[in-house]
Amino acid sequence: MNMALASADRGPLGMAAMNPAPALLSVENLALSRGGRQLFAGVGFVLRPGDFLLLRGPNGAGKSSLLLALAGILRPDGGTIDWHAPEPPKLHLVGHQAGVKTRLSLIENLGFWREVNGGSGMRPEAAIEAVGLGGLGSLDAGYLSAGQTKRLALARLLVTDRAIWLLDEPAASLDKAGDALVARLVGDRLASGGVVIAATHDDIAGATAIVMLGAA
Amino acid sequence: MTAFLALIGRDLKLALRGGADALTLVLFFVMAGAIMPFAIGPDRVLLAKLGPGIVWIAAFLSMLLGLDRLFRADEDDGTLVLFRHAAIPLEAVVGGKVVAHWLLTALPVLLASPLLAILLSMDAAAWGKTLLALLLGTPALTAFGTIGAAVTVSLRRGGLLAPVLILPLCIPVLIFGVASIAAPEGSSAALLFLAALSLVSVAFCPFAAAMALKVGSE
Repeated sequence: MNMALASADRGPLGMAAMNPAPALLSVENLALSRGGRQLFAGVGFVLRPGDFLLLRGPNGAGKSSLLLALAGILRPDGGTIDWHAPEPPKLHLVGHQAGVKTRLSLIENLGFWREVNGGSGMRPEAAIEAVGLGGLGSLDAGYLSAGQTKRLALARLLVTDRAIWLLDEPAASLDKAGDALVARLVGDRLASGGVVIAATHDDIAGATAIVMLGAA
Repeated sequence: MTAFLALIGRDLKLALRGGADALTLVLFFVMAGAIMPFAIGPDRVLLAKLGPGIVWIAAFLSMLLGLDRLFRADEDDGTLVLFRHAAIPLEAVVGGKVVAHWLLTALPVLLASPLLAILLSMDAAAWGKTLLALLLGTPALTAFGTIGAAVTVSLRRGGLLAPVLILPLCIPVLIFGVASIAAPEGSSAALLFLAALSLVSVAFCPFAAAMALKVGSE
């Protein structure tokens, strides 16, 4: 598989070099394959608190798989993922599937995740307000549109406070205001010393590094 | 602990909102037992003799029927992947789901067992023994079923595979379950075996099932 790579140190904005904080995540020479087909090899980057990494590349380049590997769900073929911690930290993952129960109300969905992941963040009511679903709290999640379901999935990031966010197409099926919402949430997370890694085809402002997967 | 209880509470809430869905298994249990008198004939002595075995077979089949729903819904909407980063380990998540699944599949069967006892003309003493045996044996069936469901959840058409996979594991439960009912007064060996099977399998199944889920998602 041919691939082009811009690591954080060689990022187009060159901001990673200015960040003096100790590294939170170091990925070196990572190789991953799915179903016997190699997706990429030799991927590496270093992220420090406040860094925002964009994963780019054509469909099937392995963006989602890389996020799953970082979350510890897929096992890489080679290379290292070093979190600089005794064990991989608990992180937030927003994938293609929202993890939303259609038979539970919005409040119940978020309340459930708050209890399962730890209640260190906002109250469910406040999180629903923050993602622009205010007033729908007692509605069954099954009645939400695709974009609203995505917003509900993003609200899950707010009810439990976690430093690391892995976002897979966070702006998919969102409207213009939704795009701005994603940018604002990411910006807030970065400002408080978090790390965000997003696989996306859209432009989200504030990226400190870009990794290109697959043929550019 | 909050997370554990939240998980059980959510599964119960989802099942109750599903309406008739939750009743399918218990209805199957009653139906499987109710057709026996028609198939065997109205011989009360024979029916009473076969009763415990029929109750166990009906309970076992209705448990198998419900296996696929244990992890399927969470797998389909992406919740299962998110559980990997829950505040509690995946083993504890599976443990919570086992408890919820037992409450949703085995408890209704226990509650419906008097109905079957009447249909099979069992006396009160035989029903009491059957209830005790089911109470001690169904946790083992749920535990083995959880392992089967975890192994097959990543397969598209795994629904049929899980029962085949766990059938050999469940045979001892059936043997001791029926034996404990047929045992003479004062003999509790079979019941103790049944309890031991349940304790060991329930203790180990969250670890085995969590490992199967991790391997399956790779």
